[in-house]
Amino acid sequence: MTAVTGTTWNVYDANTLTQAEIYGRVLCDLAATDARIVALTADLARSTKIGVFQDKYPQRVFNVGIAEQNLFGIAAGMAKSGLLPFVSTMSAFASMRALEQVRTDICYQNLDVKIIATHGGVSFGQAGTTHHCTEDIAIQRSLANMCVIVPADGWETANAVRAAVQRPGPVYIRLGRGFEPTHFENDDYGFEIGKAVTINEGTDITVIACGVAVYHAAEAAKLLRDQDGISVRVLDVHTIKPIDEVAIMAAVTDTRRILVVEEHNVIGGLGSAVADVIAASGKGCAFAKSGLPDCYSEVGYPEDLYGHYCIDGDGIVGKVRELLKREFEADEDWQDEF
Amino acid sequence: MPLSAKEIRSLQAKARQLRCDMVDVTVWAGGAHIGGALSMADVLTALYYHYLKVKPAQPDWPERDRFVLSKGHGGVGLSAVLADKGYFDKDLLHEFNHFKSPFGMHLDGNKVPGVDASTGSLGHGLSMSVGMALGARFQKQTWRTYCLLGDGECNEGSVWEAAMAAHQFKLDTLTAFIDRNHMMIDGRTEDIMSLEPLAEKWRAFGWEVREIDGHDYAQIGAAIEGAQTTKGAPTMIVCDTVKGKGVDFMEDQVKWHYGSIDSELAARAKASIQAASGATRAGAPAAGGAS
Repeated sequence: MTAVTGTTWNVYDANTLTQAEIYGRVLCDLAATDARIVALTADLARSTKIGVFQDKYPQRVFNVGIAEQNLFGIAAGMAKSGLLPFVSTMSAFASMRALEQVRTDICYQNLDVKIIATHGGVSFGQAGTTHHCTEDIAIQRSLANMCVIVPADGWETANAVRAAVQRPGPVYIRLGRGFEPTHFENDDYGFEIGKAVTINEGTDITVIACGVAVYHAAEAAKLLRDQDGISVRVLDVHTIKPIDEVAIMAAVTDTRRILVVEEHNVIGGLGSAVADVIAASGKGCAFAKSGLPDCYSEVGYPEDLYGHYCIDGDGIVGKVRELLKREFEADEDWQDEF
Repeated sequence: MPLSAKEIRSLQAKARQLRCDMVDVTVWAGGAHIGGALSMADVLTALYYHYLKVKPAQPDWPERDRFVLSKGHGGVGLSAVLADKGYFDKDLLHEFNHFKSPFGMHLDGNKVPGVDASTGSLGHGLSMSVGMALGARFQKQTWRTYCLLGDGECNEGSVWEAAMAAHQFKLDTLTAFIDRNHMMIDGRTEDIMSLEPLAEKWRAFGWEVREIDGHDYAQIGAAIEGAQTTKGAPTMIVCDTVKGKGVDFMEDQVKWHYGSIDSELAARAKASIQAASGATRAGAPAAGGAS
């Protein structure tokens, strides 16, 4: 087992721990050298996996009970007093129950509060729609000052948490429930807020993904290469805001076909953010979004739901094949317009 | 130490001047929440001219006491006080509500020096105050946090979330006030959504509760000093007040929750303020009476 730079845990751990557990460990590491860091939760210390932090720094954990509006208001007040609060609760509560506190107390005042939103998308499948959150990316990216990150896996979560400390202002980090597969092999791949990670080079089509969809997009790219001979570029656009316009436009230019995959309503999320960039550029391409088709989620195990909403490997393969049949306006001079 | 008779007279005179300033700002702004500004004016005066440890020349002084105006619509009142304290030039208030002015009816803490939290949406200030008090304790700071709520604001559920937390965390450096003027936009609080027994509710939530005449400086001072020495629990000071206090034609009138005044009305208002000798609630219409 190899020690990883900047962490006191190891590769083996990162491949077996959930995103949220990794969040807890990284926060422990950061707190050792940053006395401003405190952790807040609303009766979800266990579910949001800050137990490690609580064991090590019991005086730095504040559990406010089942009261999410108060949770974010208190975090705002703590940030005002000079602390660096990390607030963890389920994404449904962080983005909807306490939205006004997040918007008015934290974002409007541009405070240094970092939000760890667990159980994003349909990752808490069996719990049903009340505990799913397929709206949060749309909601959070519409808040001025907010930075929105949806890490692909535990390694990227570790990178995102570290980067969030360095970035002034509010940051929303959306995690799954913790049973998602790991894509990266370590944290040393050049993570930077606002910079897409090229998972796979390709020339025929680009699949843009965030969160758990990154792993599935990479799997789909392999299958499409082996079975169809298609060259699929896969971009991990972990930062929804500020979005990497350069990587998106390079993909449009190079591949002319874009499929966006996310564990979210197809309205307002990563797909919409990508579409904004493309529309504003004046360039055209064949474009499709894969996610929840503006509906409330079904109940079921996450893997079944990912299949149902075409977020898994097979679903993405199908969507790519569809999109490859679509026409787009050819323009030989198109390249010159940049 | 209790306020002396001389100090009380001085605070009363200051409050008369501040009330006149609030009337002026209301004219310049084209309308403001003047009724609730006037009802809380004596608590604000006692805090800013006697009890709060602040340095107007250094608004971000880390060791200052914090003040959160949870009833953020009282911004017209707080801005008059902050200007008078020297946080900014009083002339800037001529621009109140104007295009791109730093001053709007709900003050923006990132634009107005001396405003410790941006408020306006009700039910937010007490939670932020709890966070500030926790932050002070965590960083071993001795500064205190003061929060002023409206009575109608206590309809908001988040207020009671914060109330539970302040008790749970034993935040004895947190002192809150309720400007109990018995009115909200649509009418009397007890007719719209009754709050009584309000003090009992706060006691039941574990707070040290003091009930005072919110226009009587001896009582305001004694309550604040009592809060400063209370250990193990936050203090709530329920201030019985009169909406529109000091302006005869505004007092206890629901319609003056928010209003516009022209220069003629402003002159009448100021004459009424200057003519008022005492500043206690006594003599005002009975609380909860028919409107």
